[in-house]
Formats: sequence, structure tokens, C-alpha cells
Amino acid sequence: MSFSYTNAVDLAAGIAAGDFSAREVATSFLDRIAETDDQLNAFLAVDVSGALATADAIDAARARGEALGPLAGVPVAVKDVLTTKGLPTTCGSKMLEGWIPAYDATVTANLRNAGAVIIGKTNMDEFAMGSSTENSAFGPTRNPWDAGRIPGGSSGGSAVAVAARQAPLSIGTDTGGSIRQPAAMTGVVGVKPTYGGVSRYGLVALASSLDQAGPFATTVADAAMLHAVMAGHDPRDSTSIDAPVPPVVQAAANPDVKGMRIGVVKQLTGEGFQREVREHFQESLDALADAGAEIVEVSCPHFEYALAAYYLILPSEASSNLAKFDAMRYGLRVGDDGDRSVEQVMALTREAGFGPEVKRRIMLGTYALSSGYYDAYYGQAQKVRTLIANDFAAAFSQADVLATPTAPTTAFPLGEKVDDPLSMYLQDIATIPANLAGIPGMSVPVGLDDQGLPIGLQFMAPAMADDRLYVAGGALEAAIGWEARP
Amino acid sequence: MRFEQAISEFDPVLGLEVHVELNTETKMFCGCSTTFGAAPNTQVCPVCLALPGSLPVVNGTAVESAIRIGLALNCAIAPRSRFARKNYFYPDMPKNYQISQYDEPIAVNGYLDVDVDGDTYRIGIERAHMEEDTGKSLHMGGATGRIHGADYSLVDYNRAGIPLIEIVTKPIEGTGEKAPEVARAYVAALRDILRSLGVSDVRMEQGSLRCDANVSLRPDPQGPFGTRTETKNVNSLRSVERAVRHEIERQADVLAAGGTIVQETRHWHEDTGKTTPGRTKEEAEDYRYFPEPDLAPVAASEQWVEQLRATLPEPPAQRRARLQQHWGFTDLEMRDVVNAQALELIEQTIEAGASAAGAKKWWLGELARRSNDSGVALPDLPIDAVGVARIEALVAEGTLNDKMARQVIDGILAGEGSADEVVAARGLALVSDDTALLVAVDEAIAGNPDVAQKVRDGKVAAVGALVGAVMKSTRGQADAGRVRELLVARLTGE
Repeated sequence: MSFSYTNAVDLAAGIAAGDFSAREVATSFLDRIAETDDQLNAFLAVDVSGALATADAIDAARARGEALGPLAGVPVAVKDVLTTKGLPTTCGSKMLEGWIPAYDATVTANLRNAGAVIIGKTNMDEFAMGSSTENSAFGPTRNPWDAGRIPGGSSGGSAVAVAARQAPLSIGTDTGGSIRQPAAMTGVVGVKPTYGGVSRYGLVALASSLDQAGPFATTVADAAMLHAVMAGHDPRDSTSIDAPVPPVVQAAANPDVKGMRIGVVKQLTGEGFQREVREHFQESLDALADAGAEIVEVSCPHFEYALAAYYLILPSEASSNLAKFDAMRYGLRVGDDGDRSVEQVMALTREAGFGPEVKRRIMLGTYALSSGYYDAYYGQAQKVRTLIANDFAAAFSQADVLATPTAPTTAFPLGEKVDDPLSMYLQDIATIPANLAGIPGMSVPVGLDDQGLPIGLQFMAPAMADDRLYVAGGALEAAIGWEARP
Repeated sequence: MRFEQAISEFDPVLGLEVHVELNTETKMFCGCSTTFGAAPNTQVCPVCLALPGSLPVVNGTAVESAIRIGLALNCAIAPRSRFARKNYFYPDMPKNYQISQYDEPIAVNGYLDVDVDGDTYRIGIERAHMEEDTGKSLHMGGATGRIHGADYSLVDYNRAGIPLIEIVTKPIEGTGEKAPEVARAYVAALRDILRSLGVSDVRMEQGSLRCDANVSLRPDPQGPFGTRTETKNVNSLRSVERAVRHEIERQADVLAAGGTIVQETRHWHEDTGKTTPGRTKEEAEDYRYFPEPDLAPVAASEQWVEQLRATLPEPPAQRRARLQQHWGFTDLEMRDVVNAQALELIEQTIEAGASAAGAKKWWLGELARRSNDSGVALPDLPIDAVGVARIEALVAEGTLNDKMARQVIDGILAGEGSADEVVAARGLALVSDDTALLVAVDEAIAGNPDVAQKVRDGKVAAVGALVGAVMKSTRGQADAGRVRELLVARLTGE
């Protein structure tokens, strides 16, 4: 029996009710992965034995009449940037090939505690640097809507796993759009929670002040179910917010936008956005208005500096975060022939272990932080960050949520932007401001372009008002009645 | 160049950086134990090994210690301070950056007064900030124990992440020929304060207190500072003084020969008493400091700071002055007390009921002698303040004389029990019963009729011979004063 097109909420309910077993569900998705992943390359590791063992444990617990967790028996694919005890975690890099963590990320532990079946680890741009998953050291992931195109990135593997129904749910991370943009490219729901809403413990850091893990799902309600399990205060992450998780499941269950003010960000709707993207955006706003929302225009004048600020802050933090990959304690070691010095082995290892985009950003960040340049680059970028937060504060005084197209274009062909980093960076023009301000964002699929490629719409909400995303997203999903499949 | 000549030609300016390992039970940013001397790499976890994905969490006790240190050094405590990353590659630093504090330290702008030969020097404190220690590299197979020339190196990460406080002075000017002694006195005074706060073991030989000494010379005491060197690895009070003295002499030689001082770190060698060059400024790393994004700023509320201020002990120097006045000791006596490490012992002995003079007499007299003879420090002798106070009380009430008291001390040091137990076991009580004494007195008078007659005739001084006879017949266990009184009364009727 295939469960490929059963959503996660129904899978959890069916397993809990005994309509079918966790093993049947796991087997169905493992079979699907086996059938499709040679072409898609969404997974870097598939844990067949671990998934079946967990599924059997869930079935046994149910047979004993034990209480089951909210995700009991539901397969979840995890981006390979979150540590999984006993399962390889490569971050899409040769640097960590073969490294098996001794500990679970808090997100991983939360999944296990909720009864989720961790089915495998998904492909990604190396150390989450990229918008196409072409920067993986283990080959690109392909878009199930058109295998000649990119799936977006950096969480391309997790987006494709859900889009191609290799897993009902998956987890990605989003530093500048790495959940929302691939969600848009592959026609699924993707959410970047409020910064601090989900623990970063065990998330191999790209840019510590921007990174946030979040859910991928085929429906807004499924995303909410996973979001609620992932989130919550974690004393092991000092940037984790000590407050109750926003009521996302309740919001998704009752997505009523009557009277909700939806702000359209003037600066993120016109030039540079593909025609069909603009058209579907406008149609979506009309649908929301029909459902009772009030559409208002807001202005965020400092967003034009967001990309520049982001590409100073991110490389700066990344250059420091990636310093730990030095061949001393784990991962790749190159050139240790007994004669070379420790500095030589470190340098040879980093030369061989990091891909070109990683090296580019390490160099950018090292330069931006260096003595004499710090104030002009990193210091200025932090000021821009404050201005962008101020823009958001002003916008949220006029609107309950903000709406933009998620990405300027639909999925582009593999290889098209590999040698054009600036054009690649522009993919995240609409998603980066939320990371800089620490606020939550969601991409919802709203239609297909003329070539049949998915288009996403982004909602953003104030910090710790993630539930508003689920109200707006749920309402839009219902209004559009999206049913397209790759 | 000899030191005196160097000082006559140049004015030294010092700057001292002291790293203090805190004695918290756990590390600065994780829950690993900090116990010294554990087997290598047994006190480690994902955080202090910098495994991918791990995150630091600030040790609240370490922050409290940092604030208390700042307050004890008369610093202002920043209401909001921040951690920063100091980026450089080194194998014993797991993350290849050190979490430290940079432009927003927890404590700034304080001072510490130190005394050298009766003069007080106020040493300005620039800042005190929190950071984490590195691991420890062991370079094997080379001749020098340094990384260059070693066959291979081993790294022990047990020390990685142990909380450190770095205390940095402002430039110390105007100390002239006393510069080496002032440097030493500062580190000693700082050590006393840290010990009194109970925040660190302050054992220089174990590295829990480490000093880097910056030294520069200038021809004109009013002129701009000269180029400085930073001497590292100065790991005893004596070395602080020697290293500063040596560096003053060395720099004076260079300058007098028309040379220039290179801004560099230098390495102190205890065995040769010299420094050798390390990294020059040109070779120095650009640490690319930036605010640590994994940690929230430390907010020290006024209320919290005041709570911690209330926990501060009396400053050691102030305490010494107060006790000296209270006890009525001279400066010289007080210095002897401090040098003998007897301050606490005497204080406790007085608390246990002894007089100040009595407590000092035993600790600096008989017990100091035992300490010297045995090589055991005074506080480590197996006798405590209560025991000494009891001995002094027994002498004061006439149960023991000094000679017997020394025998009681013998007994206590030999492990024979408390003062009273030794007195009982050795039968050491003075005969204080007049009836028993009068028998001995009458026997002495009867046995020495000539002497007795002289006393009766008014030569009272002759009574000494009779006292001696009584003491002899009582085997010394009589109070000689009382014996004399009884003899005189018997013979003269007074």
C-alpha cells in the first residue's frame, strides 16, 4: 500500500487509530525513495534499518496501549546539517564525509521524543551556502517538476523529499531563505520560525545570528504539526527564546483571515520579479481579500540594503564558525605524512575539503572582519540590520502580516547561475530581510508558471507571532485549492 | 647594563596582564568538570571539543566571580557586557576562536593599592574580562618542548573552556627603581584578594594564576612611552620581579647601544633568568574580533551587583591594618606575623580566648621554631588555634608553667591528643594545693637552717635557695611565685 499522497496529519491519526502500522508507512516511503532518488539525489543517507526499527517500536508501543507522541510513526527527512546520533552528518561537504555525530541536535531529539521516524538525511548546498543545492559536494539535487532544473537551496534535498513524496515531512534550515526559496521552487510549504523559536543546538552553524531550522510539508496543517514538535525553549541554546511556542497548530486548524491586515511590501513586488510570479502574487492577494483580509501597502525603504548587509554578516560569522574544521579532531585530514607541520595539514585539508562557494565566503568574511575594515563592513552591516528591523516594526504597525513573492523567479536550469554568484544571491532578495530581523516567514505554493513550474508566496509576521503565518497560509491554501503534483 | 645604571638613564613603564583560572565546578560554557590533574581528554564534551553544532552556555557562577573580582578591584561593573570571538588558528583551541570579551568587558576602571617598603602605589586597573582557557599542547620528541622541532604533539582538551578572568592594569608609571618590586607586590596583592574572594586556587605553579609583564623604557619620565615588550610565562612571584628587572636591563642595553626595541612577545626562562624573543608585532595575528552571536549579552543589574558587593570580604590590606591596630602590634611585629603565615592562626587563637600577646608569643615563638626545625609551614603543623589558646589559658591560670607548656606542645604535635589530654596523660599540672606545698616548704626550711635564718634576719633575697629546694622536691611542678610567697610568710610572718 502506498501512503505517498497521504498527508502527515492523516498518517499520524491513522497510525494512532491502528488503521495501518508505522511499519507499513515507513516501508511505503522507503520504497518511494528507492524508486526515485537515483534521479533526484535528495538524500545523502537513508536509514532503512533505523527507520524500520523505530517504526516497529512505535507499533509495539501502540500494541501495549502506551500513549504515542504527536508524530508517532510519521517519517521525517532531516537536512544533513542537523546532528543525528549514529547517523552521518556531512553538511554536504567532503570536510565531514563519514563523520558520525555522538549526539543528537535538540531538533532531532524533539523528533524522536514525538515518535517521528527519521528516515534519512537530505542533500544541501555545502554548509548551507547556496540557493540551488548545486554546491553539494555529493552532486546536485534535481527538481521533481523538471529534472533539468534546480530545486532551490540550500535545503533543496528536504524540499524535494517532500515535493516528490519521499517523505511526508522534512526539516530544513533557513539562513537567508534556504527553506522558503526551495519550498517555492518545488511547490511545498516551508516555514522559517522566529529566530530563537527552534533550538540551534546541533545545527552546524553557517551564520549563528541568522540560522533557524523549520518544517517542510505539503500542507499548512502538516507544517504546523512539525513546527510545534520542533520548537520550544532549549537551555543549551543561549539564543533560544524562553516563552511558550506560538499556537501554530490551532492557527492552522482555524485559518480565518477576516479583518486581518495583510501588508504588501512596496519594494518587493515590481522590478526583477518574473511576470508569472507577479501575476500569481496579485491573484493570491485578491483571493485573500475575497476571504475577508484587508490588503494594505507598506514601505520598507531599507530593504534595498538587506542583500549587501547580509553578504557581510553571513560570511563574517561563517568564516569564524567554519574555523573549527581543521583536521584535528574529526572529519577530513589531508597531507598528514609525518613531516608536515600542523599548519600545513590544516591548510591542505581546508584547501581540499571546502568547495569554491565556501572558500569565497570564508575569504569575504575574513576580509570584512579584519582590522581596519571592521567598522566599514561588519559594523555598517549591523547598523543596516537595525534599520531593517525598524522598517519591519513600522510595517507591522500597519499590518498583521506582510506578503511578498517568495523568490523572483521559478526554478532555473541546473548550471545557469553557478558561475554568477551575484545572480544566485538575488534569489534571496525577498527572504533575507526576515532573517536579518529574526522574524518568521512562510512560503506557500500558489500556482505554476507558463512552463509548469511552481511559484511561492511569502508571509512574514512579527517575532513570536508565527501563528499568524499559519492563519494567512492556511486561508490562502484553502482559497487557492492547490492540488498540483510534480 | 646593571639595573641601577639602567634606572639612572631610563624610566620604566609597566603593564601587567594577569590570567586567573576560576575555581568553578564546571567550565565557562559547558557542564564539564574543571578538576585539575584528571587523565587527558576525560573532561570533555561536544561543546568544549567544538563538535559541529554544539553551542556555548555561560556559566552563571563564573559571571558572579567576575563581578566580585571587579568590585574587589574597585572597578565599575558594566550593566551590559558582551562576549566576543577572538579568531586565530591553533590546535589546542578547539573552535579556532576563543570566546573572550573585547570592547565591552564586564569590569572597567578600577585600582589596587600595593605597599612596597612603606610606600603605597596605586595601580590602575584598565579592565577585567571573562574568557575561556585553551587546551594544553605537549610537544614530544624535540629538545626544547616547543612546537618547533617536536616530532609530534599531543593535545589535552581538559583545560579547554575553563573559565578565566583576565585583569589588565593601566600603564604603571613613576615606580623607578622599585618597578620590579612593585610588579611583584601587585601580583601578590592581587593573589591575596583573589584568595580572600575564594574565586580561584591562585596557584602560580599550577598555572591557575599566570602573569604577562609588559615593559617599556623612556629616557624622559615626562615623555611618550617607549616601545614595549610583553614577557610571557612568568609563573612565580619571584619570576615577576626577576623578569621585569631583566627586561629593564636588556632594553637599556639595546637603547644605550643606539638600537631600537622591537614590539614583540618574549618568553621568560626561569633557569637562565633571561627572556628570548617570540612573535613580533608584524607577525602578530589579526584576531578579527566580533561579537559572539551564540551568546546573549550579560546583563548585570544594579540589584545583582549590590547583592554581590555585600558578599565581598574585607580587603586583605585593610584587614591587616585593622587587626594590627586592634592587637597593638608594631609594624615589625605585624610583618613577622604575615611572613610566618600566622595572621589567621593568631586571629583564631584570640577568638578562642587567648590574649593577642599570648597568641603571638606561642605562634611566633615556640611554634615558629618547630616549624623551622621540621620544615612544615606554620598553618600545616598538627596543632590548631583552639589548642594553642587552651595552653595559653592553662599557663595564665597557673596550671602550667612555660616549660610544662612546651611539653604539652610536644605531646600535641606527637599526636597524643588535646592539650588537656596531654596534661592528664603526662601528669603535667602544677602543684597548686598550698597544704601540699607547705609540707615541702617546711621540709626545705628544716633542711637549710642557715639560709632560713638569713631570711629571718632580713636578707629576703636569700629565699631563692629555698625556692630552688622546693622546686626540686616537687620536680618542678610547683608555681615558683607561690612557693616564694609561702616561704617568706613562714619565715617573716608577713
